[in-house]
This record gives sequence, structure tokens and C-alpha cells, in this order.
Amino acid sequence: MTQPVNGDSGLRSVPALLRRNAKTMAQAPAYREKEFGIWQTWTWTQACQQAESLALGLIDLGLDTGDFVAIIGRNRPSLYLSMVAVQMAGGVPVPLYQDAVADEMSYVLQHCGARYVIAESQEQVDKVLEVQDQLSELKHMVYLDPRGLRKYDHTHLHSYDAILDAGHAKRDATLPILQQREGKLDYDSTCVMLYTSGTTGKPKGVVLSNRNIIETARASSDFDKLTSGENVLAYLPMAWVGDFIFSIGQAYWTGFCVNCPESQDTMSTDLREIGPSYFFAPPRVFETQLTNVMIRMEDAGKFKKWLFDTFMAHARKVGPAILDGHSVGMMDRLKYALGELCIYGPLKNTLGFTNVRVGYTAGEAIGPEIFDFYRSLGINLKQLYGQTEASVFITQQPDGQVRSDTVGVPSPGVEVRIGDSGEVYYRSPGTFVEYYRNPESTADTKDPEGWVATGDAGFFETDTGHLRIIDRAKDVAKMSDGGMFAPKFVENKLKFYPSILEAVVFGAGRDTCVAFINIDMSAVGNWAERNNIAYSSYQELAGHPRVLEQIRLHVNEVNASVAQDEMLSGCQIHRFLVLHKELDADDGELTRTRKVRRKIIGEKFEDLVNALYDGSASIYTETEVTYEDGRKGKISATLNILDAEVFPRAAQIAAQ
Amino acid sequence: MLDQTEGYMTADGRKIGGVVMDMRNITLRFGGVEAIKNISFDIREGEIRAIIGPNGAGKSSMLNVISGFYVPQEGEVWFRGSKRPPMKPYQVAQQGIARTFQNIALFEGMSVLDNVMTGRLNNMKTGLLQQALWRGAAEREEVENREICEKVIDFLEIQHIRKTPVARLPYGLKKRVELARALASEPKLLLLDEPMAGMNVEEKEDMSRFILSVNDEFGTTIALIEHDMGVVMDLSDRVVVMDYGKKIGDGTPDEVRNNQDVIDAYLGVSHD
Repeated sequence: MTQPVNGDSGLRSVPALLRRNAKTMAQAPAYREKEFGIWQTWTWTQACQQAESLALGLIDLGLDTGDFVAIIGRNRPSLYLSMVAVQMAGGVPVPLYQDAVADEMSYVLQHCGARYVIAESQEQVDKVLEVQDQLSELKHMVYLDPRGLRKYDHTHLHSYDAILDAGHAKRDATLPILQQREGKLDYDSTCVMLYTSGTTGKPKGVVLSNRNIIETARASSDFDKLTSGENVLAYLPMAWVGDFIFSIGQAYWTGFCVNCPESQDTMSTDLREIGPSYFFAPPRVFETQLTNVMIRMEDAGKFKKWLFDTFMAHARKVGPAILDGHSVGMMDRLKYALGELCIYGPLKNTLGFTNVRVGYTAGEAIGPEIFDFYRSLGINLKQLYGQTEASVFITQQPDGQVRSDTVGVPSPGVEVRIGDSGEVYYRSPGTFVEYYRNPESTADTKDPEGWVATGDAGFFETDTGHLRIIDRAKDVAKMSDGGMFAPKFVENKLKFYPSILEAVVFGAGRDTCVAFINIDMSAVGNWAERNNIAYSSYQELAGHPRVLEQIRLHVNEVNASVAQDEMLSGCQIHRFLVLHKELDADDGELTRTRKVRRKIIGEKFEDLVNALYDGSASIYTETEVTYEDGRKGKISATLNILDAEVFPRAAQIAAQ
Repeated sequence: MLDQTEGYMTADGRKIGGVVMDMRNITLRFGGVEAIKNISFDIREGEIRAIIGPNGAGKSSMLNVISGFYVPQEGEVWFRGSKRPPMKPYQVAQQGIARTFQNIALFEGMSVLDNVMTGRLNNMKTGLLQQALWRGAAEREEVENREICEKVIDFLEIQHIRKTPVARLPYGLKKRVELARALASEPKLLLLDEPMAGMNVEEKEDMSRFILSVNDEFGTTIALIEHDMGVVMDLSDRVVVMDYGKKIGDGTPDEVRNNQDVIDAYLGVSHD
């Protein structure tokens, strides 16, 4: 698939790509979904027919050009096809995060004035119904899974199948309208609108055109030489730009197959069964997998553990070099081949990574140990740096130039420059059109020449041309003694310990740094089990003196490592506490993509921050928590505050 | 076939049909102990019927009489309009009655899927030899039955443990697997013996949701024993209350809640 895309070739929209694939790759698999224990396949022809019928059905239901259609649910072929169908019918698809609570959904649905909602199940329908009073524009709702919905009032509620049937039945009458609307789609018409997760404020609707999506898909597919033979597993939220680019943009451009897991809990089994050749995951997924492997190895027999440790040590030594094609001695190669047979191969198989040709991690910094672990196994894991406004790609690492501390070189077609303040700016064909109904923010972010401010501070390495990201520009601040404060830098170091799930460091404008820490329940729970520590709840485990002692050791080690950094040695953590609850997106502490909302956490737990600074040894606190169904409750706890060992600075701060 | 007496409408607007199961003057003795004393009640088509009572009231014995495991010394069991003779449990199952147990009775060493498949055993007709060769009819039969089981697995959201041995599952999930096995036989009448005993709040909520969905989706009549009053009052259409083997109340949750005998049985009476 290397023909150029431009105004002439006719491939000016995602529906046009679908139609092309239905012609050129008619019988090749477009989607697979595991249902009733079997992988069900949609060929490109079937996919195209389904999208068309749905588009006809939606037009029949009254969908007008420019209407916004919200799509809520987990990754399923029928929902992906509905995004394309909506565009075919002249509407604008708006995928939403399926785990958002009703209030969050209400904001987005109101903001875009969604006329239609396509929801996966009763759970999602219920959430929309709960807030429907606030949604004056909402006309109809369509659901995919009829379970539990039979008794609902069906005047404005329709089953997905009924819409397909209606579309099919009235095909002759509606087709001309569809053809006319589809014919009007061009490079500049809106392909999708995605809401940012909103680290700082309310989510913003990012309008992406067909040009953004298709140009980006083309350039990035060429970069990694993706072919129609790839297999991907679609499990990341459909509302996230990455999933849109991978599972629609690149998939439609190159024609590869998108596989959807059976349910959220079967991810690892499905991953193993599919064995994707192209894989994308945020660092957290890799961390969790590694933690699970390590937990299993702790429980393994002595010989197995010895075998694992020996070969993993060897893999760390030569694995990345072999992957990058550097020269490696004969004996080392032989030993690596033996390791592949005994350890690496079976391990990759268990993880579902046997066939991975290209893997990406993005969203946050990944721990060097974690990154190296996967690369040493021979998995070509790379980093990329991007954001919704750029249709993902800003920089990425070319094969053979992969390192854990950089995010790579500018992606093809992307220009990157560093502003005077150190902020990273970019300009690319993927640059978003605008923030919907928010010209001020659009103007703030994108200048008239098309340069977009990322909000991240970074610099180019002079010798390699790779970009390094320091932190969010807003988060980088000065401490009271003038030293630089970069919380993410310290937090990432902390998070690389399997027992630490999340960390939030405070210290802007203060003389010392302090931290909140969230333990990782599975890792710490397993450790507790092996050490005969009894506990009955998360809160009890998080407050256990021996757990605190373990965490203190980790913090000390991090401090020792931070002290080595000339610029940031002032960011050592003087005091910390282990939080009594896990930070959660339902409580507004994390974004839906699980990024820390520092400011909100700081305000919400103000009493704890004060206690960290005023020297008290413990603090009683009450916190409101939101359950998954939206109900609220209160938990209270007395938290111990611990002092960490602080190391002398490696060098005096230059900034003084 | 069904009792022609008219059904009724529930508060949430479901139509309940005629009598499916009619227990007439049941008395059950174990030696000198009278576990059930002359109890009569009926279960109507499509309803959720709860049997409640303090410990030792005879609830599980009653469920065992319904399921045909115990044969009462006195009284008659009428099922779908005809008197039921003493039967073997498998014959009862063939009539369309399935149950779950108070202390989970699954095959611990087998996978969830295999356990659920045992629920289809009555529908398998091929013999041992055919099964062993697994050609033609046996294979077809397995595929058909597997499909039904997979739908149940999907319905109860246990796909992620399909291949997991039951022994490795936590209690709450085992209960759900047991429900899956009962559902796999596509029962007309489902008997649940304390489906929520020993569960935490979240598991109880899940189980309640599944019980309601089963009733709603497949129209299955459900009789259940439960201790958690909140659950019983929320779930069931009609409640039978037992105490010391006697029936002390029968009616809608509200009626039962306000019944003085029931209050006494649960809260105790002062003897001064």
C-alpha cells in the first residue's frame, strides 16, 4: 500500500479507505473479536457492508450533516465501524471513555451537543439516561448489547441490529443521500473529535480532520514498514487518540487486522492467542506484566529461578546489542540462542509477545530497567512522544537507535523546535484543526503559523539529535532556594520499584520536597504473603510498619540517585507518607489515561501536605471516595509520616 | 397444563403467570425430627420466590423437597399441573429444574468450562464409544452444547476464567460458576440455596444483578433461600417465611415485613 495520498487519488477520507479495502482486500480479515469462546472474523467486505448499513440506518433515524454522535463502550468491531459509519453519514464521531462516570459524560455530551449516542451496554445507557435532563440536544440512543434493556422505553432507544436492519431494508431510498454525503467528504472534513483527558482542567474537544489522520497514518506506517499482514490487539480506550490512529488510521491505511478482546479481564489470554506483530501499550501495562513475571518467579523452584536469573543476566548484557544489530561475540550469541530456547522464547510466548515486530510505549516515561527487560528478550520495544493535538506522533525512535532516556527523533513530516523557555513546539500535517467551541484555547496552543505548544519542557541531545523530555513545563518550578523542581523526574524513579504504583512529589516554592506514595497492591500483597504479614485491606497493608520500612528503603535509594544529578539534587524527598487509598480517576485524582492531576491532589489532600511540612509524626484524615457506580463514601485513617535519608548534593546548584 | 388461576402483576410491571409448582401439605421427618410441618405454598411462572427463616427453620430441606432429593412422608408436590411421583434427582433435572448448593458442589479439579458443560449432560445423547471416537454425532452434539454453555459464560461474565480449574477460584466466583452450571441446563425453574452466603457487598450486588437478569432475560422462575434481608426484600416478588419447620408468613415483601409472627421469629419475643 504505497500509493501516495493526495487530493487526486480519491482516498481523502476514512470511509474512502474502507471502501478501497473492501475492494482490494475483500476477503482479508479486517476485524476479529472473541465472542462465545471463538474468534469471529469480519472481512473487509463485511466490515464495509456493516458500516454502510449502519450509516443508512442512522440517516433513516434522522442523522444530519454535522451532527455529533457519541460512541461509548469497550473496543468492539461494531463500535469501530460505527465511528466510520457516522462519518459516512456526514456526522462527527465522538468516542468517550467508557469508565467515565455520568457527570463527566454529561459535560462532554453537552459540550459537543451530541444528538445521538451509540452505547455498548446497559451500563452505558443507564449513565446517559441518568443525565439526560441536561442533554437537550440528545435525540436517539443506540445500544449494542440488548441484555437488561428489554423493558426500557424504546421510543428514543434502538438496538444496533434494528438500525442495521432498517438501514438495509430502506437501502434503495436512503442510498442516494448517503452517497451524496459520503462524496462530500474530503481531506479537510472532520474525521473524529476526541476529548483530551484534561490533566489541568475540563476536557477539550480536539477536532481532527481526515488529513490529520490519514497523513499521520501514512507517515507512521511507512516509518515502521507496517503491512497488511500485521495483527494488533485493540484494548486501549477508544476515546484515546492512540487507539484511533492505530486501530482505524493505520489499520485502514495499510489494511491490517484489528483484534478485539473478549472482555477487559481476558486481555492477557487474548494477547497470547493473537500474538500481535505490532503492539502498543502505556508503560503501566509493561510494568504490570513485569511485576507479574517477577512475582511468579519468586514462587518458582530454585532451579527454575537460577535458570531464569542466569539467562536474564546474559540477556541484559547482550540482548539489546543483538536487537540493534551491533556486533556480539560468538560465544555470547550461542548462549543467547540457548537462552532463547529455555527462557526468552517461552516467556515471550506467555506474555503474548512472540510475534511482536514493533512495539511502542508512550504516554509517560518508562523505567530503564523495565524497558531493558523487554528489549533484552528481543522484543523491539521503542518509545514515542506525542499528544492528541498532534494525532499522536511528534517524535519516535527509529529501529537501532532505541534508548530508554530519549523519545527519539521527529517523526516524518513533523517539525520540532524548542522555545526560549525550553518548551517543545511542533508543526505537522497531523496538527489538529481546533478545540471545538474554544477559540481562546486554540489560539493559546496553536499560533497562526501552525506551531503547537506541547506544554512539555525538553531539549535535543546535541550529538544524537534525539529529544529528551524533562517534565510538564507547568510542573517545572523553582524551589525556595532557587534550585529546579521537576517532580516527574523523581516520581518516575520511584515508580520504577514494583511495589510503588504511583507517587506524587510536592516542593514548588518550598525548601524541601515531600511525597505521597501509593503501593502496588499485587506486588506488596505478594511480598506480604511471603513474609507472613497479615492484612485485611488495602488500607491496613498500606499502613503496615514493615511495608512503610520497605518503602523508606526505596525512597532512600531514589534520593541517592537524585543526589547524583547536578540540576535536580535539591529534589530529594525529605519526608513522605503512604496514602491510605489508591489514587483513582473516579475521584478526579487521575485523568482517564491515568496521569496524575498534581494540583487537584495537592488541594484535596492539603491537610496531608501540611503535615508533611510541619514535622508532625502522624496525621488523621478523612477522604471522600467515589465508588464505581457513582455513590460516595468516606474513609478515614491515621497516616504515619516517615523521614527519608537525604544525601549531600553532588554539586552546588548553578541557578543560585 | 398450568393452573388456571390467574397470575398477577408485580410492582415493576412484570406479568406473573399461573402456578408452576404447588407444595401441598408437605411434612418431612428425619426419624423423630419433623423438619417440615404441614407446609403449603406455590411458585408461579416467572416469579422470584424467596424462602426465608432463621437457622434450622427447614429452608434447605424444603428446597430439597422441591428438587426431589427428599421425598416427604406426607403431602403432595404438584409440578406443572400434575402430581409428581417420587423421582431420582436426574429425572427432576430432566423436567427442567436446576439448582445450586449452599456449600458449593462443583468438580474442583475440572475447569470452569467443563463444570458448566456438565450442566448439559442430560442433553447429551451419544454413548461412551461415540464420545471417545468423537466423530459425527458426538462432535456435533458437543459443539451445540458448547455454544449454549458459552452463551451462559458470556451472560455471567466469566470468560476470563473459562479454562481455570475451579479449585483456584475465589468463593464468589465459584458461586457464579455454580449458577452457570445450573443455567446451562436451560431450566424452567431455578433453585438457589443461599446464593449470596459469605459474599461481600460487591459480590452480592453482582449476584443480585445476575439473578434479576436471568429472570428477566430467560423468563426463568426462581426460588431462592437467602439470609440477607435487604437482598430478599429487593429481589423477590413473594416470600415464604419458615420457623421451626412451620410456615409463619407468605406474601409480598411488604406484607411479610409487617407480619408480627415474622418479626417475632427474627427478633425474638420476650418471655415475661
